[in-house]
Amino acid sequence: MNVGPLEAFALLVRRELCLSFRRPDQLLQPLVFFLIVTTLFPLGLNLQLSLLRDMSPGVLWVAALLSSLLSLDSLFKSDADDGTLEQLALSGQDLTVIVVAKTFAHWLVSGAALVLVSPIVGTALGIPTEAFLTMMLSLTLGTLTLSWLGAIGAGLTVGLKRGNVLLSLIVLPLAMPLLIFGAGATDRAISGTSSAGALYFLAALCVFTCTLAPFAATTALRITLE
Amino acid sequence: MNTPADGLSVEKVHVWRGDRHVLKGVSLNLRPRQLLHISGPNGTGKTTLLRVVCGLLRPEQGRVSWLGQPILSVRTEYQAALAYASHEPALKGDLTALENLRFAVGLKRRVTAGELRASLERTGVGACADLPARVLSAGQRRRVALARILAMQATLWLLDEPFTNLDTAGTALTGELLQSHVRAGGAALVVAHQSLEVDVDMRRLELGP
Repeated sequence: MNVGPLEAFALLVRRELCLSFRRPDQLLQPLVFFLIVTTLFPLGLNLQLSLLRDMSPGVLWVAALLSSLLSLDSLFKSDADDGTLEQLALSGQDLTVIVVAKTFAHWLVSGAALVLVSPIVGTALGIPTEAFLTMMLSLTLGTLTLSWLGAIGAGLTVGLKRGNVLLSLIVLPLAMPLLIFGAGATDRAISGTSSAGALYFLAALCVFTCTLAPFAATTALRITLE
Repeated sequence: MNTPADGLSVEKVHVWRGDRHVLKGVSLNLRPRQLLHISGPNGTGKTTLLRVVCGLLRPEQGRVSWLGQPILSVRTEYQAALAYASHEPALKGDLTALENLRFAVGLKRRVTAGELRASLERTGVGACADLPARVLSAGQRRRVALARILAMQATLWLLDEPFTNLDTAGTALTGELLQSHVRAGGAALVVAHQSLEVDVDMRRLELGP
């Protein structure tokens, strides 16, 4: 009996989560990186709390972008290296379903985890608790968008030996609007003004990438598979 | 050339890899109850041909058709009907043998753990079902890959060097499984250096430099 796309999606997400939790070191690395980079700033700059608050949205977002990039490289590469990507591509399932499932699972273990630890970082950076909700919402939208941008980059660089530098060069420029509006939203929430505009823009970006990036990433992957 | 409507047909396929003309107008036909043994020296494009047949690689010229239709237009049906084993076993080291099968076969058809265990038993690695694939030996991994082919219940088997790393018993077992698959109405395309000892309708295709 044939397996429908939803069933295949669920099975693939389970596969990815299973693989991630078998390698806790790779799971924790980006999170620890995020925590360390953000705590290094207040230590190194010896700032007053008011100054730190001004800088914190930028620090938070740059660290989030960089730590998300750390794990993106292996999104398709580990499967391509051991030949399981070919098996997935020949499984009779649409390659788009495979790409969406893998990227979603990647976001769950990287982006969503990062959002969950962000209150700790927020506290360390002196962000007031009233701004946490906006910060977490903007990070959710931002990391989801970033995972999708990264999927395109990972699809393009999967065949390369040392593709991770190229991947950063492809993804980081595209992530600039995320940084500007994400940090902007957090900044406004800290100062107590409305951050709705920036959040709407982030949400629009998120919808835009979530709908179009799967096709771009699938095409990129299909080209590099040949 | 007329295309048989009940099997696989490859017509005058040309593939270039950079400047190298790897496949120079290869044609073949494969119908149910037939086995095609592809051999030839290293670097003559045997694996490339198999990748073209799978649809992983698009040929610059020529066409591949399944049941009389180009494989691109019947991609889903074609992929559901084929089982491909590359020259590497394609297993995830962190997953157990059973999980490897479950996540690979489960995308093709609904399958129970019992069925998967049975096919692991059949290829002689039933005892390794719950061990992570990374601790298995190369030969055991090959047997797990063979169990995956078996569990897919596909009509068309595409095997790239299935005998690598296998012991004598494993080689015999692979031959036996191929034979029963072809006799049961399946078709198989096997790339191998050694001769196949099977008692079925076997053709040979020798690729030259």
